[in-house]
Amino acid sequence: MNELITPIIILILLLLSAAMLTWVERRVLGLWQERYGPNRVGPFGLLQVVADMIKLFTKEDWIPPFADKVIFVLAPMIVMIMMLLGFAIIPFSPELQIADFDNAVLFFLAISSLSVYSVMLAGFSSNSKYALFGALRATAQMISYEVFMGLSLMGVVMLADSFSLSEIVEAQREQWFFIPQFLALLIFLIAGIAETHRAPFDLPEAEHEIVAGFHTEYSSMKFGMFFIGEYLGVLLISMMIVTLFFGGWLGPILPPLVWFLLKTMLLVLFFILLRAAIPRPRYDQLMSLGWKYMLPLALVNLLLTGALLLFNQ
Amino acid sequence: MINLLFYLAATVALMAAILTVTRHNAVHALLYLIVTMLAISLIFFLFGAPFAAALQIIVYAGAIMVLFVFVTMMLHQGELSTRQEAQLYRPSQSLGAIVLSLILLLEVVYLLSVPERWLSSQQMTPISAKQIGITLYSSYILLVEIAALLLLTALIGAFHIARRHQEGAS
Repeated sequence: MNELITPIIILILLLLSAAMLTWVERRVLGLWQERYGPNRVGPFGLLQVVADMIKLFTKEDWIPPFADKVIFVLAPMIVMIMMLLGFAIIPFSPELQIADFDNAVLFFLAISSLSVYSVMLAGFSSNSKYALFGALRATAQMISYEVFMGLSLMGVVMLADSFSLSEIVEAQREQWFFIPQFLALLIFLIAGIAETHRAPFDLPEAEHEIVAGFHTEYSSMKFGMFFIGEYLGVLLISMMIVTLFFGGWLGPILPPLVWFLLKTMLLVLFFILLRAAIPRPRYDQLMSLGWKYMLPLALVNLLLTGALLLFNQ
Repeated sequence: MINLLFYLAATVALMAAILTVTRHNAVHALLYLIVTMLAISLIFFLFGAPFAAALQIIVYAGAIMVLFVFVTMMLHQGELSTRQEAQLYRPSQSLGAIVLSLILLLEVVYLLSVPERWLSSQQMTPISAKQIGITLYSSYILLVEIAALLLLTALIGAFHIARRHQEGAS
């Protein structure tokens, strides 16, 4: 019974926190840009999320007549399903992990590579030029950054000698992996931003050139699903970084779950700070950054880690 | 239980494969092909090869098929290309493929009818990533090197083509 209820509670909490993140992001962005942000609805604007939800749910759910209907409806579902599936492998605390299996790191990579389809199919099925451009950009960006996202994780896997996330956390008892794997952390962070197409790498939805990119034709809750999916992606990437590089739930005095959530919060705030601080690069700059700097760097990191491991044996 | 799951996954894989061949819309066909890949990955998983299952999704469904859909998406012209495809495809053209598949089917039926050890379903132990790595870099090292050489050649070739194109444009 417990096995059934825990995942459902986690799912609901995740969806709620992803929705709350939209408010957090706007408030914090406001703070950094010396303005108020949404502060009208409820205390501190806390009910802004509810207002947004009501707005999204009651808007007309319009499917364009020129769209490929089945795929059009399917695309936003894929992103939600993939992102929520991803949380199944996260060890929130020693006791709280939905699925602990051997190939969890590979599972994460599979999830992130399958979530490309949502963006791609959204762009294709919309049958509109801006959506198509957005989808083309998103696809090229995501499959390029996936390559060294996987490569950067291999250093961690080599140090922990396991693909299982709980064992990776256990392996960090003496030293968190962000010290020996600093390069990998940097690469994974950048790839993570590109994978979730967040600012500054939000070229697939760059509003000043291609309207809203792949979700131009989406309205109402279908757009809402892309929107929440993006925040779920930010949460997932933050949690993965915490698990892989910052010792997961490890930490003194406080209970493990609190440590995990604290670290995740800090990383999420860092993601938001990046959005506030860094301008968007040009598209070709983004691609050449990926292939010309990140990929060789990931390979060098892999080589160095392997060499050091062999040397220390 | 494992049998039931296997038959379910196999049925999905077969249905999706058939739909892949018969769709006129190229993107729809590719989507069904992706479903086939996912079903096959599940079969790998059921037969104790979780590493192969993960790679099947990451490499085939997540990378190669993405590129396929990517290219088709750019070349696809909506209704027009669907109609063209419908004209090009006649059931009689699939004769060759049907004959070849029938041979494979006969083979499978023969294998299933012979109670030999290669099809026994018991004693399936999951293969770990470590075992695969050790095997790849000991007994199959030559194959790994040949594959690496092939990929490097392809990389250089792609680079060469792209570079010449750029010079011609400027």
